[in-house]
Amino acid sequence: MTVRQAVIVCAVVCAGAAACGKKTPPVARPMPPPPPASSSNPARPPAPPEPVNEPTIVPPEPVRDDAISSASLDDLNKNSPLKPVFFELDSSDLGAAGQKVLDENAGLLKRYPTWIVTIEGHCDDRGTAEYNLALGERRAIAARAYLVSLGIPADRLRTVSYGKEFPFDPGHDEAAYSKNRRAHFVITAK
Amino acid sequence: MTRELLTGTLALALLAAWPHAQQPPQQPPPAVPQQPSEIVTTISGDSSGAPPRLAVPDFIPLSADAETAAVAKTIGEVLWDDLNYEREFAFIPRDVYATIPKATSFNDVPFDRWRELNADGLVVGTVQKIATGFHVEMRLYNVRTKQPVYPRQYDGGANARLYAHTMSDEIHKSQRGLNGVARSKLTFDSDRDGERMSNTVQTRNIKEIYIADYDGENQKRVTVGRTLNITPRWSPDARSIAYTSYRRGGANIFISNIFVGTLEEVTKGDKVGENWLPAWSPDGSKVAFTSTRDGNPEIYVANRDGSGVRRLTNHPGIDISPTWSPSGTQIAFTSDRSGSPQIYVMDAAGLGLSKKTSESYCDKPTWSPAPFNEIAYASRNGPGYDIKVLDLATGHVRQLTFGEGTNESPAFAPNGRHIAFMSTRSGKSQVFTIASDGKNLKQITRSGNNEKPDWSK
Repeated sequence: MTVRQAVIVCAVVCAGAAACGKKTPPVARPMPPPPPASSSNPARPPAPPEPVNEPTIVPPEPVRDDAISSASLDDLNKNSPLKPVFFELDSSDLGAAGQKVLDENAGLLKRYPTWIVTIEGHCDDRGTAEYNLALGERRAIAARAYLVSLGIPADRLRTVSYGKEFPFDPGHDEAAYSKNRRAHFVITAK
Repeated sequence: MTRELLTGTLALALLAAWPHAQQPPQQPPPAVPQQPSEIVTTISGDSSGAPPRLAVPDFIPLSADAETAAVAKTIGEVLWDDLNYEREFAFIPRDVYATIPKATSFNDVPFDRWRELNADGLVVGTVQKIATGFHVEMRLYNVRTKQPVYPRQYDGGANARLYAHTMSDEIHKSQRGLNGVARSKLTFDSDRDGERMSNTVQTRNIKEIYIADYDGENQKRVTVGRTLNITPRWSPDARSIAYTSYRRGGANIFISNIFVGTLEEVTKGDKVGENWLPAWSPDGSKVAFTSTRDGNPEIYVANRDGSGVRRLTNHPGIDISPTWSPSGTQIAFTSDRSGSPQIYVMDAAGLGLSKKTSESYCDKPTWSPAPFNEIAYASRNGPGYDIKVLDLATGHVRQLTFGEGTNESPAFAPNGRHIAFMSTRSGKSQVFTIASDGKNLKQITRSGNNEKPDWSK
């Protein structure tokens, strides 16, 4: 690996860690190697320091693990690594996009096997308040069933429906509605 | 937490939340017929069959203090509104009354002047301060004969509106054979307090159960769950409210005995799934509701104490929103088994299913009281919903609202002549009432979002 590649790897690692949460506490990370010498001195560049490959032996996972493991439940849920699944109007079908999100959520649930998660079903306000209670439950159950099919134990996945009582976006247009038709994941124990 | 501790906590909280809780919440003054041998006669209009024309001037204060004067004035105003609400009488407008000399007792009523205004009936009343509160007398006079056809007297507290509501119901009963709704009450859920649900990272306003007089006065909060408390339903005796509460995390059916301050759980335990939308049987002994305890939203019925749970529907679709027929022999509900939510009726054992609507999307059936045989429901009109009423005998559907905002969650008044519902026509979600012929729209709530009303029986 060249120095340039090492810098990129390092940057990716850092960006990845940063993306895990704005509240990530400072974690000791290896400094990137010094930049290559300026081309203004092309004649005899100083020999690069020996441990060129050293950054690659720092595995990225422990950094992420620490950030997530050390976060409080509130901080974790504020910028949850478990992404919501969105639905079409009057529907509890997951669709390909929903399944992809759940595939990723299943990966996290396998990596953190102590997490207990509540899957909240929500609806937009174009359904009635009453029917939406059941439709939201359908959405939560659909998400749970898919996760169970991927090997997540059912007793780690609780469901609750809030119908249209807790819209994510209080607006009354499709942009708001599409955000409100969702299965939202809340980590309740870790 | 034990039941005793729980109910004790609620009782204390109710006392704190309800400034008048130390008084009896219902204080209808005992109505004493003025004469035991009283013969009730009725006022009629002219020979054309037009409704009788009434005048209801302010009551006469017989005590000189300001409180008595205020009570007398309020009784007259509220009684006018109460009687007008049922549209059984024609009214001589209140602003005309000023042209007529005020009576100072039952002995100097200027009947001839009221006759000039074509009044058929005249309500005259007096208010007198007594040691225990007030002594109120009311006489409905036949203006032609100058005879009192319906005299009543009451002793009670300072709740002027309650005297008027009681008189209105009694006048409607004696004169028109009608069960008025002036003493009935509404209940609904509201987020008006702006309190946040705890343990959530997203902003979520809790909802609590409120009650109000039928005309929107005396709005009071009756739950302190600090969570989502929704879909309240009055028990048939109007002493308790069943509702959906998330206080245990998931949704369960609770009953608040609001004049005692105790709480009952209908759905208990870890294996009961989600439970929503309680509906009292007409005799108050059972509660129908929707539950996912077997994995799918189905209709169940249980005894009031949660025992004897029986499942009434069995279909992979969604079955929700049960409502009982007045005789308790049938249950209407919403099912999407045909592909979209529609109204169905089955008998109380879950048999004899029949589909009642074939529209775009229908929900929240509410069965009228007898003698009407109607089901009101919310029907999707495109962007929102309108309130419709299905006559079960004829199949005829009449529409009460016409796309002003969205209109949902209808609930019949105890006499079947009015419907409470939620509408967004004025902006936020608010409770309105409307006559079941679509006239007399009246806004009941104005603060916060107020939804899913129910009307006491």
